[in-house]
Amino acid sequence: MHEMSLCEGVLQVLQQSAEKEGFRRVKTVWLEIGALAGIEVEALRFSFDVVMKGSLAEGALLEIIDLPGQAWCMPCAQQVTIGQRFDACPRCGSYQLQVTGGDEMRIKELEVA
Amino acid sequence: MCTVCGCSEGEVRIDGHDHHHDYGQGAAHAHAPGLSQSRMVQIEQDILGKNNEYADTNRRWFVEHGILALNLVSSPGSGKTTLLTRTIEDLKSELALAVIEGDQQTAHDAERIRATGVRALQINTGKGCHLDGHMVGHALESLVPADDSVLFIENVGNLVCPAAFDLGEAHKVAILSVTEGEDKPLKYPDMFHAADLMILNKVDLLPYLQFDVAQCIDYARRVNPAIDVVQLSATSGEGMASWYRWIRAARQTVTEGRLPCV
Repeated sequence: MHEMSLCEGVLQVLQQSAEKEGFRRVKTVWLEIGALAGIEVEALRFSFDVVMKGSLAEGALLEIIDLPGQAWCMPCAQQVTIGQRFDACPRCGSYQLQVTGGDEMRIKELEVA
Repeated sequence: MCTVCGCSEGEVRIDGHDHHHDYGQGAAHAHAPGLSQSRMVQIEQDILGKNNEYADTNRRWFVEHGILALNLVSSPGSGKTTLLTRTIEDLKSELALAVIEGDQQTAHDAERIRATGVRALQINTGKGCHLDGHMVGHALESLVPADDSVLFIENVGNLVCPAAFDLGEAHKVAILSVTEGEDKPLKYPDMFHAADLMILNKVDLLPYLQFDVAQCIDYARRVNPAIDVVQLSATSGEGMASWYRWIRAARQTVTEGRLPCV
């Protein structure tokens, strides 16, 4: 259940930016989550509601922006899209892949009041 | 999690670390006139940013003090603590060693390590399923590993969550015992992707099992083409020499990369 810790991390960021930006309520949170980030989105949604309860983001909407898993295939010498870390290259079937993107977990923006 | 420094409230217990914070009335509660309308705020912050800051601080401290920190991760029951006690017995005359033990509850593992005469500090994560950079930072304040030592951080037995939390270590070492399935690197790809070394433990049991070593290594390299593999048995002692060679080589890299202290 590290989704719970991640939501606590999100809440910390919200509280810090509330101080910096001078807002009191968070209405929507946009998170960018990569396909390879190891995050179960359903668990994240569940934890989000629990963790935000009683905070400045109680009842806030959670919007997830999915980012694809990307890798550099060494034999093909080009960028390919993968769904899992153990996927083979969709073009040549090789496992000589260097993951280059898709492990993001980032707070993108907020709608605040 | 506490918002002053990230401590989980009342759950995490770190030997020798008494934690008290003053909770002031933060600006989050302040009334800001004229800002009642909805607006957008660009954040662009990594969710794990806070943990990564703590981890970076730990990493800098390790580098300054020439300490090789290894984060040992595995499922429960892979033999991490037995591997550690054997390693300590064999290396303690050659290297300065220290251990941070992470478990949900009990100090049993730290006690097993202390029985070898090496200093160990227990972190109980309470409900938490992993160690984080902040807990390890506090543990370092109490443990204070010697300069040029090797610090083993035995993470909570869990192949999922510890993969995401950097502690500031030089390497993650994933331990997989041959009594588990050979497809674990595929089932838990994030961990084997994050690790630099995979230790296949309990190889003395291979004659009694259906574990395909070559297949397992192939699976591990699918998720991490660069992963090193050492096969050993902490009970019989076979293969332990390769693990010690790996530690010495990793230590050499740390010593060579050491920043001048000013």
